[in-house]
Amino acid sequence: MTLEATLKRGNWFSRLANPGRFLAWSKGFVWPLAALTALLFAVGLYLALVASPADYQMGQTVRIMYIHVPNAWLSQFVYAVMAIASIGTLVWRHPLADVAAKSAAPLGATFTGLALFSGSLWGRPTWGTFWEWDGRMTSTLILFLIYLGIVALWRAFDDQGRAARIIAVFTLVGALDIPVVKFSVDWWNTLHQPASVFTMSGEHMPPAMLIPLLVMTLAFTLLFITLHLVRMRTEILRRRAETLERQAAASLAA
Amino acid sequence: MTAFLAVILRDLKLATRVGGDALTLVLFFVMVGVIVPFAIGPDSATLSRLAPGIIWIAAFLSMLLGLDRLFRADDEDGSLVLFRHAALPLEAIVAAKVIAHWLLTALPLLVASPLLAVLLGMDLASWGRTVLSLLLGTPGLVALGTIGAAVTVSLRRGGLIAPVLILPLSIPILIFGTGAIAAAGAAGSSAAALLFLAAISLVTLALAPFAAALALRLAED
Repeated sequence: MTLEATLKRGNWFSRLANPGRFLAWSKGFVWPLAALTALLFAVGLYLALVASPADYQMGQTVRIMYIHVPNAWLSQFVYAVMAIASIGTLVWRHPLADVAAKSAAPLGATFTGLALFSGSLWGRPTWGTFWEWDGRMTSTLILFLIYLGIVALWRAFDDQGRAARIIAVFTLVGALDIPVVKFSVDWWNTLHQPASVFTMSGEHMPPAMLIPLLVMTLAFTLLFITLHLVRMRTEILRRRAETLERQAAASLAA
Repeated sequence: MTAFLAVILRDLKLATRVGGDALTLVLFFVMVGVIVPFAIGPDSATLSRLAPGIIWIAAFLSMLLGLDRLFRADDEDGSLVLFRHAALPLEAIVAAKVIAHWLLTALPLLVASPLLAVLLGMDLASWGRTVLSLLLGTPGLVALGTIGAAVTVSLRRGGLIAPVLILPLSIPILIFGTGAIAAAGAAGSSAAALLFLAAISLVTLALAPFAAALALRLAED
């Protein structure tokens, strides 16, 4: 479809596939999203650190949960975003799907690393150890290594277009680890706490702790969305700069 | 069928010729087993307790480092272009290369495993379980490695990225492989680990050629 035909007959999503239109459309979102993220963090941190009760077993250290759980949830959510973007690249050849996947990879790696770090700090006072090779921690460490491998892969390719499709294949293969991470606490006899927020028999957590947890999770998710949007815009601009550099070099040679 | 066998035979002939590297990977496997006692001390009790893990790490390293030779030579001499447009489907060609690679890298490991078992002080029963676990686990490892090799085939200096990519995904094979060798007393757990290992190998053998063929097609200029 030509650009004019797409503008006339295409839907909103296919109009956005044009990088220039995406840049123009997304420009207005960046600062409002950032402000909303900051607001949610302010509210969430107040609720988590001040207004919520201490745990009857763990005491004040339970407050690490409000950092650890959102990061852990995001580590899986970001991989799901990358997997969907990879399907977009392979199946629908969406022009911005590879930009989305490339931008999400370092963010996912960071959130996974923070989940491992905050969980490790939480484990020392509660379990007595910084690390234990149980199902949840091992599979999350594997997920962290997969993220880092994908980041390394993006940096290794010269041709980003070909890189996009090949890395999409590998991302989908690595997506097999996500169900393992999610269900590892059910499948194995692990040290890590089993699922307590969304379980088959309803929620176990009292609202005084559930509300701050949900607010912090929303705050972290919005943080990811804001950073992801900024990274996508930066990546599009970087590719434009590279094209201009190449054109300048070619005209110099001519 | 003739084409399938021809691809296997081609790989075997190329590897065992003068310029081939069939023996190098076996030497690497044996050498890893040799240097570990220097690193962790020659105490035979410790060595025989750690022996299953050491043998599996040695097998892991030699198989992962040998991944580059799967498609690199074919990419450089133009055979990969022929494979992409051949009458035999690319998935079948990848499956043939998996078989050839297993014969060239894993079979020599199995043959060299008695040497390693003696060096690390394993008894006969443990060695028998080791051979069985290697036999069941290495096909899955090779199949998984094919995906890594296919993803990095178009990278000129991408030789070490393929092991980095495949290592996290093959950790389950390592876990069940060593689990199958351990615990002579808990015979039930050894059988369960072997069954899991066989299941992982079968699934990866079935699915990896499709993923690898897709990556190879996408790497076309």
